[in-house]
Amino acid sequence: MLYKNMQSTDSEAGVAQRPRQNYVGQRVLRVENPPLLRGHGLFIDDMPVKAGTLHAAILRSPHAHAEILSIDVTDAISLPGVRAVVTGQDVAAMTDPLIVGFATPMRYHGIAVDRVRYVGEPVAIVCASDRYLAEDALDHIRVEYRPLPAVVDPIAAAASDAPILHPAVGSNVVSYREFRHGETDKAFAEAKRRSEIVITYPRNSITPIEGYAVVAEHLLDSGGYDVISNFQGPFSLHPVMARALRIPGNRLRHRSPPNSGGSFGSKLALFPYIVILCIASRLAGRPVKWIEDRLEHLAAASAAPNRVTRIEAAYDDDGIVSALRLKHWDDHGAYLRAPMPAPIYRMHGLSTNAYGIKHVDVFNHILVTNKCPTGAVRGFGGPQLYFAVERMMHTIAGELKLDPLELIRRNLIPAGSFPYRAPAGALIDSGDYQRLIDETVSGGGLDELRQRRDTARRQGKLYGIGFAVVVEPSQSNMGYISTLKTGIERERSGQKDGAVAAATVSMDPLGTVSVVADSVPQGQGHQTALAQIVADQLGVKIEDVVVNLEIDTQKDGWSIAAGNYSCRFAPAVASATHLAAVRLREKLARIAASSLNVPPDNVEFADRKVFARDNAENWLSLHRVAGQAHWSPASLPDGMAPALRESVTWSAPELTPTSARDEINTSLAYGFGFDFCGIEIARETGEIRIDKYVTSHDCGTILNPGLADGQIHGSFAAAIGASLYEEFSYGEDGSFLSGTFADYLVATAAEMPKLDILHPVQSPSPFTRLGAKGIAEGNQYSTPVCLANAVADALGRGDITVPLKPAKILEWISGDEAKSRSVAAKASPKGSSINGEGLAYVAGDPQTVWSALLNENGLRAAIPGCERLERVGENAFKATVTLGVGPVKGSFKADIGLSDLDEPRSAVLKGVLSGLLGTASGTGLLTLVPQNGGCRIDYRYEIHLSGQAAMVGGRMVNAAARRLINEFFLRFAASLGEVNRAGTSLPSWRARIKSLFGAQQ
Amino acid sequence: MQVLKQSERHRVRFTLNGERVEGLAEPRMLLTDFIRHEIGATGTHVGCEHGICGACTIRVNGKAVRACLMLAVQAEGKEIETVEGLAAKDGTLSALQAAFHRNFALQCGYCTPGFLMSLVDYLEKNPNPTEADIRIALSGNLCRCTGYAEIVNAALEAAREIQALSASK
Amino acid sequence: MKPANFDYARCERVESALDLLAEHGDDARIIAGGQSLMAMLNMRLVRPSIVVDIASLDELAYVKEAAGYVEFGATVTQAAAEAWPALRKRVPLVAAALPHIGHFQTRNRGTICGSLCHADPSSELPLCLATLGGDVVLRSRRKKRVVGALDFQIGLLSTAKQPDEMMVAARYPAARSGWGYAFREISRRHGDFAIVALAAVVGDGKIRLGVGGVDDKPAVHEWDDMDDDSLADALNDFAWDLGGGDDIHATARYRREMVRRLGKKVIGEARQCRS
Repeated sequence: MLYKNMQSTDSEAGVAQRPRQNYVGQRVLRVENPPLLRGHGLFIDDMPVKAGTLHAAILRSPHAHAEILSIDVTDAISLPGVRAVVTGQDVAAMTDPLIVGFATPMRYHGIAVDRVRYVGEPVAIVCASDRYLAEDALDHIRVEYRPLPAVVDPIAAAASDAPILHPAVGSNVVSYREFRHGETDKAFAEAKRRSEIVITYPRNSITPIEGYAVVAEHLLDSGGYDVISNFQGPFSLHPVMARALRIPGNRLRHRSPPNSGGSFGSKLALFPYIVILCIASRLAGRPVKWIEDRLEHLAAASAAPNRVTRIEAAYDDDGIVSALRLKHWDDHGAYLRAPMPAPIYRMHGLSTNAYGIKHVDVFNHILVTNKCPTGAVRGFGGPQLYFAVERMMHTIAGELKLDPLELIRRNLIPAGSFPYRAPAGALIDSGDYQRLIDETVSGGGLDELRQRRDTARRQGKLYGIGFAVVVEPSQSNMGYISTLKTGIERERSGQKDGAVAAATVSMDPLGTVSVVADSVPQGQGHQTALAQIVADQLGVKIEDVVVNLEIDTQKDGWSIAAGNYSCRFAPAVASATHLAAVRLREKLARIAASSLNVPPDNVEFADRKVFARDNAENWLSLHRVAGQAHWSPASLPDGMAPALRESVTWSAPELTPTSARDEINTSLAYGFGFDFCGIEIARETGEIRIDKYVTSHDCGTILNPGLADGQIHGSFAAAIGASLYEEFSYGEDGSFLSGTFADYLVATAAEMPKLDILHPVQSPSPFTRLGAKGIAEGNQYSTPVCLANAVADALGRGDITVPLKPAKILEWISGDEAKSRSVAAKASPKGSSINGEGLAYVAGDPQTVWSALLNENGLRAAIPGCERLERVGENAFKATVTLGVGPVKGSFKADIGLSDLDEPRSAVLKGVLSGLLGTASGTGLLTLVPQNGGCRIDYRYEIHLSGQAAMVGGRMVNAAARRLINEFFLRFAASLGEVNRAGTSLPSWRARIKSLFGAQQ
Repeated sequence: MQVLKQSERHRVRFTLNGERVEGLAEPRMLLTDFIRHEIGATGTHVGCEHGICGACTIRVNGKAVRACLMLAVQAEGKEIETVEGLAAKDGTLSALQAAFHRNFALQCGYCTPGFLMSLVDYLEKNPNPTEADIRIALSGNLCRCTGYAEIVNAALEAAREIQALSASK
Repeated sequence: MKPANFDYARCERVESALDLLAEHGDDARIIAGGQSLMAMLNMRLVRPSIVVDIASLDELAYVKEAAGYVEFGATVTQAAAEAWPALRKRVPLVAAALPHIGHFQTRNRGTICGSLCHADPSSELPLCLATLGGDVVLRSRRKKRVVGALDFQIGLLSTAKQPDEMMVAARYPAARSGWGYAFREISRRHGDFAIVALAAVVGDGKIRLGVGGVDDKPAVHEWDDMDDDSLADALNDFAWDLGGGDDIHATARYRREMVRRLGKKVIGEARQCRS
């Protein structure tokens, strides 16, 4: 489908010069653009603040799991410019825990109180006169931690012997529910065929380029707080914040800035920061501003839950699937924070995707692990679910030697059966999946792509084609999260359903229009779309409409559903605004009707005029009608309220509460997407080249194709990231390893393949006022699994995980690695725990070496950069050391202990270091073997690094640690008089070390 | 040679979009913070402060650079151009800005100043780029909203327009 | 994410920089382009007491042809080197490697010598210098000395530069007639740090291969020219000798495979382009 920009007289406004304009459906240029293009946007950090506003910096945990033994802020508070240092104890004393959607003894305050549970968790807040000074003060807060074992894998976390994050909960599985829709067990028992696969879906986010930002001010006079932040909603979190702050809801005034630099779900999870910064402001007695930096965002903002799903399918020889069984382990990181675990429940009603499958059972384990807590990420539960379902369809096709697309077609919900009630409760409003697929196959060139695959394969290339279909939900039912409760619990806590949208359309006495609605956009073009809708209704030009979406919770209409998430805009906000505009139009028509001397039904609006339908010469200017409403209430028709302001709140009746059988219509409108792609894998490098990618969408009525396609392109790019590049990586010890944009890899223009977008079918939603459905998330669902299916097709392999890193793919396609005839294979160091072994030859018999090891002087001489070392107990020492590589150096406090002593044969040496660069804990087993009159020390070690250096130095930190270990033994050997392998003393250890480690000695 | 002492604020003067500006900065103050909060030109945005996202791209003496990888004191005496200087004084958008507008090449607009400044510099030196050239030239700017497709289209369209304009002169 | 405090000195003469280095030693950091240093300052990984800015030292902003080598002064940016008209002819390896370094915006400020001093194990310019067997020129108030690339970069982010020394120039051996030079790298995205970078020099009956990103510093191996089978064995041995490590982007095995596979390719390319 081709769209042309609407011609414009004014190049910026993009206004059509047509007598009866119809903006909706046109590629109207964005009204948001001009200030943004000129550098006049107003993002929070661009806005002025009150004089005296303090700047916050946040001290964050270097540990994945540790008890906080003490926090000493004395030095920090005494630094110049520092006004307050706030700890978790302060916050806990002044707030209640942030609640989630079900009763749980888990306590979450947004800041660690007595225990840290993930790397990056806030531990203290410094409020100072500028950000530089605030960060300086962080260096002077002394926190004593006692590290605890960490768990990062969801399956391991569910095991009975796993370290428990929240002792009060008693298990890392904080919620478990079983859902049975239909007769799944019976269907499986009767099925001719069954398949089962396990999929894992990684952690990612879409990391907006603008991070979180909050300015919070405690209002001493009212006891309330005035907050401006780029929080995106849902405003169901407003009462969560107000309750945590122990204030009435109306005393928490929250305002949104004019611009927000992207969110993609992320800016939902900034609400805990609002709470802790409110407290910081209260304690500091000044407004406090916090601008999250990139390192903070990557480590500690939010992520989509990673998930393990075991999916089973029951089907017959024709590939007709009768039942699915889904067992999910959904990993939410260290705390569940509202509205988590919403993603899994948002998709619950759609557990059978686009298929007419009758029976489905779903088993949801909601888990906590020592990772950053989760939040909303564009796609919100869909990528995880559809990865499992669509991989399964591909697997079944493979089992039956059927073309995957043929298998998909056989199972689709039949055309003509909409609205269709899926077994888990989704009421899929409209669609024609078969026709969309048919037209996409022909319009997108699938036959040609198949030929390309055949040719490529004949040439010996690894080429694959993948498919995916997805149902794309939009506008969430605010009741769906209650599905995680049992029916009895739901009854007890009260029914939840619906989703309110609010909009106000006003006309001033000059006939121009103002619109306020409860969306909090981050660039989606909502101002443009609402202006289109309203201008069409009122017959004004688009530049006559000003849309202000800066919600002020004290002044604007909003409800718990307000905000920008789960594709709420097109079904909900657009509907409410449309209704408000229609009501205003009806009122204007009634006012104008008497002057035009026609019935109100015959009044038309266009070109800033009102007309008699049958006589275009019979008209009034709109501003005249508007003026009458403002200037002369007495002249208005009987019973009509004066002035021109229509406020509408709207909720769709189809959003019913969870049924007694746990069926839930999670969303109001359901779009449909179908993707296919061709990929080639380079045998040499394992890299994937996307040869062709076609995505086809039915999102009902398209309000503005420029905006809609922008959402598709954007979602596709984020999905390419999730499929090929992006992952929040954690070590087994919970250390965080993707702390910079050089580690968390976002696709750039150079990586993006061409995308063919098709809209062959538009099935308007019967449940939304304009027939519009969401469009922003479809490719989050379809693209990762479509690419995975293509890789599976290329490789003939079942187990495909994303991101599809070349190193992983190369191992899939290569046999065993070539051995070397002359070079012994080294054990390659693995992952974040750094393992290694080595040996050192030392002059002196084992007894001498033993004594040196247990002696302050021996250790002092051996530890690189040791500045101070003292004995603090039997075989226990404290030291201060300066360690690093090249210019990257830091001072560390070290606790060193020797245990498992078997004199003079072996000992275990343990060290825990902590400093500004992070923490390291290491264990080494030392074995002393007499040799040639001297002694050989065999050592094996394992080190865990966490904190700043591990986060940002991923490429180098392991090598640096290994180097320092080896240096320890070299120095130890040297202090005793090192001997070479033949047993001759080396003249100068300094020369040796110098040659190895450079000129730093 | 003068050593500028830490914890003291020192005068920094430069030309910003053709106008002389000055302000005070500690030696460690980043140029991004100085331009935004001392001078008040907030069009240049901050996205990563480690030189990868490109949101803070500006031109210094006619070359596109990362403002987060420069100190304010290093800008002394330089000619600096930012997004605020792209449109004509009367607000008329430049060919590149207009192409962004026409092509839906921005959504949230946070990264846009960086893209514009990178492209202004690149197109000035490479007036006739291919799509592949543009994609590589833009690989140092991250956008999370648009998927880049419309940005690349806008850049190509602007390049053609600038070419035609200079040919007609 | 703001730097810790430091003093700042803008040097107009080399001597003033050397004076400051003599005075402050290891507590001083030279900044030229700052494309690595600034990120480390912002993350507070590096906390110098003084930053010595040499960016405006025009006397070091030169590219000079000398007998057998091309000398880049300390303030020559990567972009300026790219724009030097004779680059492709005189040091084709550097010409091939430069576009892989970051992005054009970072090359506009980043310098050749700064990259050598930073000594990132994945960096392209140290790899080229090591493979070509070039030199760096170090100056202090005490003396001026010329150090070979392999002696200069001694490990991870570590060089033989003494705390009072400053690199004033780098000397890349000029292309020799009849020799071939080729460069390749594999990274996740355009402009990323190399997972493995390879530089090959073929000439005078020898093959020299430099590998970056696998060991703590560029590793260079030289063989007599040989047939493909023997070369495969030699590359395999070299790969195992280097070992490599895992990180979140690639495994040790992947790095070894790239040494084998891309090593063969890059050597082939160097053979092809012998002039």
